[in-house]
Amino acid sequence: MPQVTLTVNGKRHTVAVEGRTLLVEVLREKLGLTGTHIGCDTSQCGACVVHVNGDSVKSCTMLALQAEGAEVTTIEGLAKPDGTLHPMQEMFREHHALQCGYCTPGMVMSAIDLVAKHPEGLTEREIREGLDGNLCRCTGYHNIVKAVAAAWPLMHAKPMPAAAE
Amino acid sequence: MYDFTYHRPTSVADAVALLGSDADAKALAGGQTFIPVLKQRLNKPSKVVDLAGLGLAGISLSGNALVIGATTRHAAVAASADVRRAIPGLAALAGGIGDNQVRHRGTIGGSLANNDPAACYPAAVLALGATIVTNKRSIAADDYFQGMFTTALEPGEIITSVSFPLPVEKSAYAKFNQPASRFALVGVFVAKGPAGVRVAVTGAGQNGVFRQKAMEAALAASWSPDAVAGIKTSAADLNSDIHGSAEYRAHLITVMAKRAIAAAG
Repeated sequence: MPQVTLTVNGKRHTVAVEGRTLLVEVLREKLGLTGTHIGCDTSQCGACVVHVNGDSVKSCTMLALQAEGAEVTTIEGLAKPDGTLHPMQEMFREHHALQCGYCTPGMVMSAIDLVAKHPEGLTEREIREGLDGNLCRCTGYHNIVKAVAAAWPLMHAKPMPAAAE
Repeated sequence: MYDFTYHRPTSVADAVALLGSDADAKALAGGQTFIPVLKQRLNKPSKVVDLAGLGLAGISLSGNALVIGATTRHAAVAASADVRRAIPGLAALAGGIGDNQVRHRGTIGGSLANNDPAACYPAAVLALGATIVTNKRSIAADDYFQGMFTTALEPGEIITSVSFPLPVEKSAYAKFNQPASRFALVGVFVAKGPAGVRVAVTGAGQNGVFRQKAMEAALAASWSPDAVAGIKTSAADLNSDIHGSAEYRAHLITVMAKRAIAAAG
């Protein structure tokens, strides 16, 4: 059986997989990282979003073997060892940006990537469009958008530029 | 998903040899369509040949062409300063494919090799008169698209890059997307460049992307949204499904063309 070696949340793993094994299956079933969810399994809902080499991707639409040598970050890799939440997680809590929580790990991973890649700031519309790949069936998105906007100044350690608000 | 053996060659020659060694071998680029197809067991490859190790990603600008490597991801095309400057409509199109996560994986070569009738890239490639470069030859866009999921590619032939002729004077894409899949219900790319004035339509045609030549003639005479406002497209050869009838798509072609022309300025 082929093997894949990848670094997940800073820890290196070598795992035996089949050709058809998906990245999300390695994370959940081989490494026990069940924070990454499987929702639609058709690449549409975004519950399975993780970071691969710094980009948010749908881990249900990537073969495990495609991640050979990759640096993967999952929702479990965000908080500090002492339990301090990532600012995006903290703002999701602060702004009540979740109800059932099923979409939340993917939503948080997508949102962090979106904020990190927009140091110039984000408008509300850009946040909504940027989360286009993540479906939430509870919240109506409103508080998620508020949480992402609130996390921007914390992640960039400066106020959101006025033009972007 | 049926199982297969996974291969990651590091040269085009090795990839071609692997694909040629077995009639059921398939190439994998970004996988944003191919992996869902495999999950649905619509395809049962013996070997999956990953093209990511071939070194085909990259964007280069020369005096008379913008060349995009086959495994260049949509996000890279959208963010490229060279693409934004040379062909802004192409950068905007790439930035609107799927969602952020799809754009981080999907590639231009994969999109073109698959030739989904609702994919965005075929509209740009046809409207801009681009050339598809493979390991064997160069294929003009007009000869490349041959119907739904059908192209001029031969078995075992791999796209290595896509060359867009410059200078492009005007370019823009307007898409009415299907909100769940984000594929184009109708997408129209308008361009004025070395290939002349062209209007290419994706998402609507039963045979995939096509040129709307009546609109091209009208725009060549007068570049304005009003020039195409009265031009209708026959619904006879258009798709009809639960998302929209052929007549609805025909109507959208004119609407999207007007929006694209306005956006191109």
